[in-house]
Amino acid sequence: MVAAETVIEEQVVYARPESLRDVPTHYCPGCTHGIAHRLVAEVLDELGVRSRTIGVSPVGCAVFAYKYFNTDGCEAAHGRAPAMATGIKRVNPSAVVFTYQGDGDLAAIGTAEIIHVASRGENITTIFINNAIYGMTGGQMAPTTLPGQYTKSSPGGRDVELTGFPMRMAELLGTMPGAAYVTRRSLHNVKEINKAKKAIRTAFKVQLAGLGFAMVELLSACPTNWGLSVPEAIQWIEDVMVPYYPLGDTKVADGVDALMKER
Amino acid sequence: MAVELLKGNVALAEAAIRAGVEAYFGYPITPQTELLEHMAKRMPELGRAFIQAESELASINMVYGAACAGARAMTSSSSPGISLMQEGFSYIAGSEVPAVVVDVMRGGPGLGNIQPSQSDYFQVTRSAGHGDYHAIVLAPASVQEAIDLMVLAFDLADKYRHLVFVVADGLLGQMMEPAELPPMRPLRSERPDWALTGARGREPRIITSLELDAPALEEVNKRLQAKLRVIEEHEQRYAEQMVEDARLVVVGYGTAGRIAQTAVKQARREGMKVGLFRPISLWPFPERRLSRLADRVDAFLVVEMNAGQMLDDVKLAAGGQVPVDFYGRMGGMVPVPEEIYQAIEGLYAKLPGSLS
Ligand SMILES: Cc1ncc(C[n+]2csc(CCOP(=O)(O)OP(=O)(O)O)c2C)c(N)n1
Ligand code: SF4
Ligand SMILES: [Mg+2]
Repeated sequence: MVAAETVIEEQVVYARPESLRDVPTHYCPGCTHGIAHRLVAEVLDELGVRSRTIGVSPVGCAVFAYKYFNTDGCEAAHGRAPAMATGIKRVNPSAVVFTYQGDGDLAAIGTAEIIHVASRGENITTIFINNAIYGMTGGQMAPTTLPGQYTKSSPGGRDVELTGFPMRMAELLGTMPGAAYVTRRSLHNVKEINKAKKAIRTAFKVQLAGLGFAMVELLSACPTNWGLSVPEAIQWIEDVMVPYYPLGDTKVADGVDALMKER
Repeated sequence: MAVELLKGNVALAEAAIRAGVEAYFGYPITPQTELLEHMAKRMPELGRAFIQAESELASINMVYGAACAGARAMTSSSSPGISLMQEGFSYIAGSEVPAVVVDVMRGGPGLGNIQPSQSDYFQVTRSAGHGDYHAIVLAPASVQEAIDLMVLAFDLADKYRHLVFVVADGLLGQMMEPAELPPMRPLRSERPDWALTGARGREPRIITSLELDAPALEEVNKRLQAKLRVIEEHEQRYAEQMVEDARLVVVGYGTAGRIAQTAVKQARREGMKVGLFRPISLWPFPERRLSRLADRVDAFLVVEMNAGQMLDDVKLAAGGQVPVDFYGRMGGMVPVPEEIYQAIEGLYAKLPGSLS
């Protein structure tokens, strides 16, 4: 007896984007930096801009982002990625330039640089990972750390009387006239991840259209330094972060809504 | 090109433009502001990049970015602004990209004042950022030399993929002198083969100063040091006058060197065998020539507009063979030739065999 053979044609439904290198990353299990990387890479692929993209890595857990993105890349000093990106973009306006920064990088040491890149309306895209903590240095308080949140440098929980209040960067930067598109998204479930990708896509399209500065803030998990399991950490984003950091656009300049509607 | 009357700061700016600078990023500070202002007008006119940045920290990191993209980039500032740029200097040196920085030095420490000074000698030659390296440092003494060294600065930066300083002081920045600018060089048509331009048809390029593996970082440092040894070998620059038969050689750079020249000439008129040695590259310090002079002179007199910083380098070059004396003014005070003359006279009288 000869068994009947059915040949099922292989269909690739999920593959590594070309803009992401085939290398292991150093991120902890359950860290959402990896998801953010993948979304950016998918968008670069879809827009067909990988070979003219220059990424600027931060100092923070994403310090090696240049090893993971399959694009030209460089490593900025802590907080200075927007200044570095400005230098790159001004001498190479046809390049697609993006910074990828954490909350310590962008909202503490690099506050001046991010505000002024937005104020100048610099044609770059910023991916901002808000994980409410300094991940790389082992879990100290960030400007985005929530009231009462325990960190290594707020061991009794963040006391707003002593340390002030968490900074809402998307709202702050949304007020800058030079910013074309500023939004906050989250990476805590599939629906939000899909929305985050759309936002990242818009942010790069804004750059391609020359409309000005674009930033996507992404609420992210750091299970390692939050001292939570991965499911707990994901839940914590939804329960604790989202109420303080409302999701949605804080700036949509003229011309951007048209880009958002395009497929 | 014709000789014209040019202000030091403007001459530096225009020389950089002629040398092919593609991007300038800066922040206002006296006494270098005219340089930034000249760039503000000229760079956009020529379709090149100009930004008045939010700080010197941002300026130098913009320079770093533009340099990574393969453009000839520069910034300029004065002492307090140079302090703020230290972080960027280190990253630029560590990732081996070319960049040019002008420091029109003023009196310090702290906010100090806006008068001419040379008090950044240590900062630019020794500690322009953390880590093991020296930047190339060029010190002009006239507006013409400022122009010539500005052009050279870009060529050296490119040649060695390294950080190059042109250091002047407020006096040189502010004074007007007849000088000749070079012809306009065409901009480079292509970016260098290491630059970040987008990975079209090639493997991605990475520019970083990060290397977590200690043995690998030691190798990076060894390579950097080897480059610096080559620079030391080939780029020692100086000017000298009347040193052939000199018993006493005055050593001074920039404005101090120029003022010392007047004093040295006066001493010659008075029959003293005095010469002048003026370092043009502060790093690499022209120690080879100076130590040869040390073999045959009786003493050195170092003149600086600071508390004695290059003095250390002169002592090293002299190698303990001859006494090294010092005369300096601080806090934005500029010596007049007469005071230097008196220092020469005083030291000369003490030389062995002198009648005094
Ligand atoms: C000038 C300077 N200061 C401090 C540090 C140490 N440092 C490295 S990463 C980091 C915090 C990064 O936190 P964040 O930007 O939130 O990124 P995350 O690791 O959370 O992704 C700090 C303080 C440094 N590298 N450079
Ligand atoms: S420390 Fe936190 S942010 Fe860093 S890789 Fe681990 S989980 Fe991610
Ligand atoms: Mg963080």
